[in-house]
Amino acid sequence: MKEIELVIVGGGPAGMSAAVAAYESGISDLLIIERDARLGGILQQCIHNGFGLHRFGEELTGPEYAWKYEKLVREKQIPFLPNTMVLDITPDKVVTATNATDGVFQIKAKAIILAMGCRERSRGALNIAGTRPAGIYTAGTAQKYVNLKGYMPGKEVVILGSGDIGLIMARRMTLEGAKVHAVCELMPYSGGLARNIEQCLHDFDIPLRLSHTVVEIHGKERLTGVTIAKVDKNRRPIPETREYIPCDTLLLSVGLIPENELSKTASVTLDRVTGGAVVDQDRQTSVEGIFACGNVLHVHDLVDYVSEEAEIAGKNAAAYIRGEAIERTEINLRTDGKIRYTVPQRITQKKDVTVYFRVADVYRNVTVKILDGERVVYQKKKPRVAPGEMESITLNADQLADAKELLFALEVK
Amino acid sequence: MYDIAIVGAGVIGGMIARTLARYRLKICILEKKHDVAMGASSANSAIVHAGFDAAPGSLKAKLNVRGSEMMEEVCRELGVKYRNNGSLVIGFDEADRQTVEELYRRGNENGVKNLKVLDAEDLHRLEPNVSKNAVCALHAPTGSIVCPYELTIAAIGNAMDNGADLLLDFEVCDIRDTGKHFEITSPDKTVLAKYVINAAGLYSDAIARMVGDDSFTVHPRRGEYILLDKECGTLLNHTVFRTPSKMGKGILVSPTVDGNLLTGPTSTDMDDKENKATTAEGLALVMKQASENADGVLFGKSITSFCGLRAVGSTGDFIINLPRARFVNVAGIESPGLSSAPAIAEYVVELLAKAGLKPEENPSYTPTRPAMHAFREASIEEKNAIIQKDPTYGHIICRCETVTEGEILTAIRTNPRPRDLDGVKRRTRAQMGRCQGGFCSPYIVELLAKENNIPYEAVTKFGGASLINFERTKEER
Ligand SMILES: Cc1cc2nc3c(=O)[nH]c(=O)nc-3n(C[C@H](O)[C@H](O)[C@H](O)COP(=O)(O)OP(=O)(O)OC[C@H]3O[C@@H](n4cnc5c(N)ncnc54)[C@H](O)[C@@H]3O)c2cc1C
Repeated sequence: MKEIELVIVGGGPAGMSAAVAAYESGISDLLIIERDARLGGILQQCIHNGFGLHRFGEELTGPEYAWKYEKLVREKQIPFLPNTMVLDITPDKVVTATNATDGVFQIKAKAIILAMGCRERSRGALNIAGTRPAGIYTAGTAQKYVNLKGYMPGKEVVILGSGDIGLIMARRMTLEGAKVHAVCELMPYSGGLARNIEQCLHDFDIPLRLSHTVVEIHGKERLTGVTIAKVDKNRRPIPETREYIPCDTLLLSVGLIPENELSKTASVTLDRVTGGAVVDQDRQTSVEGIFACGNVLHVHDLVDYVSEEAEIAGKNAAAYIRGEAIERTEINLRTDGKIRYTVPQRITQKKDVTVYFRVADVYRNVTVKILDGERVVYQKKKPRVAPGEMESITLNADQLADAKELLFALEVK
Repeated sequence: MYDIAIVGAGVIGGMIARTLARYRLKICILEKKHDVAMGASSANSAIVHAGFDAAPGSLKAKLNVRGSEMMEEVCRELGVKYRNNGSLVIGFDEADRQTVEELYRRGNENGVKNLKVLDAEDLHRLEPNVSKNAVCALHAPTGSIVCPYELTIAAIGNAMDNGADLLLDFEVCDIRDTGKHFEITSPDKTVLAKYVINAAGLYSDAIARMVGDDSFTVHPRRGEYILLDKECGTLLNHTVFRTPSKMGKGILVSPTVDGNLLTGPTSTDMDDKENKATTAEGLALVMKQASENADGVLFGKSITSFCGLRAVGSTGDFIINLPRARFVNVAGIESPGLSSAPAIAEYVVELLAKAGLKPEENPSYTPTRPAMHAFREASIEEKNAIIQKDPTYGHIICRCETVTEGEILTAIRTNPRPRDLDGVKRRTRAQMGRCQGGFCSPYIVELLAKENNIPYEAVTKFGGASLINFERTKEER
């Protein structure tokens, strides 16, 4: 069996950043495996701008942002296998993959970085009643048809869910000549970035119908319309508010699910809230030598943060391969429910650690608190927090002190 | 001139075609839809019933028991997935216990083998995740599961490989008997055939009326389902029914041969034969009752919901007869129609023989068809041997179900050739996984367009106006 020190599964922004970081940390025996024909992952079809503001201080399109990393991969001659799908990963780090040239093959790795990204929740997961006509797509699939294939999947559009891809596609479809009748959002707030609501909906007079959902799908062959309804506090549709909107296309932007089928084959412990692996500050999973980063770990709103996280994974995978001995501790990070999750979920080394987290609802005038029992490790006031915007806090080694467990809590007035 | 024209490319028409293909007969299958297996045969519970439900002495009882005995061999020959997982009818109280006892007696009378009534303890030992509230069960070890559209596709493919013709988009609108043969017409074509077999499912009453037989009617009864992710597929080993009511066998929970968990169906009488919409109430009922049958049915893991229409005949039994010379009704084939299909086909051939059709055997008849799922089940060495000959088998298109380009291309080139996205889905499972085609459908559209030599934007989901794309965004340069 072929042996490679570091195998990176996925050649999107996470996989590429992780590979570059590992390479710069001295690992030259590495390989990126990518199922698509090209590197870049989902960024290839994100032809809008807004990428790279944090990292590079400029507004790039998705392909431009991806190219910055692909260029590095190529300059450093980091090997990558496109059109190759990883089928299985074992806990002792044997990777089975397939492609047209090599057939089904196996590689024994010293370390693996999981960077497979996420997929969109589909109609089936929602169990919307009605018929099953053509014309219902996830926003990402529609984006692929329009931006990569050059075809229009519809003309009269309703969008369910105000996730970022849905918002972006509302604008894209409009620019391509379609009419977007409404964006319906089940929650009383949007899950997308504020700037996307502004630039993709408001600027084009597309109505955002908060606390609304699609309750029925109509049409035998192609979609002919949807029935929408307002929902009550418990998110149940209110029958009197049913409203029929004729349309030929329904785009779904109802959530992203980290693609962790391979992580499961490798026996990696998953976090029920994020849908991704449970990791430490190095982005190492419960299986030694297997790391995770990017949207496969938790869904990010900005690619800039993906790159940042992937660098951590890459550097530390390199350190793991070099077998650097480290002094270990064990601090579990817990949340109070108002804060839904943190990444990492555990800290195993006393060093500076940036913890990312998301809240469960829109809250105003809050204090974010980190508690070690009675001890307040950190606190900060915030005018507004929302599920759509990831937050982060950097803790230094001193603040960690002798904590065994840190509680991340939100105090709401 | 055909010897035999079969109206309807469901599992019944398909199994009849395949059974007749062993003789020297010119056969055509006439189907109004864009593909085969578009009616009840694509949306049902996929259970090969043991045969304890139907009234003793009925055709349903006889053909079900016989069909279930034949099914394993038929599936082996046709390369169709089949699993003998056994079924359980669970009861929650004293009234249910009496029903279970009654089914036990009826089953024995129908000739079902190895039936057993279980008490709560034996039941939970056999199937630990069955509801703790269940107090008894009928255990039918011969109950099995199969993939119904795969069976239909394979039967028709095998009939075609043995010389039968399939005419799709052929909606039979009129049938005229010249005394010697029938003229069967669609809006734009006519075929001639000496014999007609009416296997038109929900519309078999309309077809019978075309030759003057109005002795029965068929009405639709809706059944709604929710299918769960493969993660849930191992919750149960057996198919778990509740005790039946007048309207049907009640909501069941069952593993499928592909490893998913199936829940449903509801049972609602309808008027509209074209209404295959699911309802919020129906789906809610499926969730409620399925959760009562077994513990740990996770509807958060649902990947799709769908609806099938049972073709309920007015006589209460299968309607298989010759209302006039050379014309055979195979109507009112509601459940257990799938289970009975091989036996129905055999029975129809016997009827035709009695009516004077005495064909010679076809010496070049091949009963087998290569399994479409052979590649996925092959060892790494076997896969590599195939990939070396045809590299497209190394290239995965559908990541959720790991379906390769080679498998999709082979399916597109194999009888009966699919022409739309759903057709590829039913043959290869591509788009059938947890992302429901989100990632792979744009590529499959490309393969369909290329193989069928049609523009990208002409590819449909299932024919007719079910277009995926409308037009190019930009002119080609
Ligand atoms: C909800 C539900 C659950 C079921 N569960 C089970 C089960 O678990 N086990 C079991 O054994 N059975 C089950 N059944 C029954 C089983 O599915 C049917 O008995 C079987 O599929 C019937 O096959 P068919 O070929 O008669 O009908 P269909 O599959 O409906 O085929 C009829 C075909 O005729 C075509 N047609 C109609 N009119 C015309 C025309 N004018 N011209 C040309 N073509 C025409 C239609 O388009 C269709 O393709 C179930 C059925 C339903 C609906």
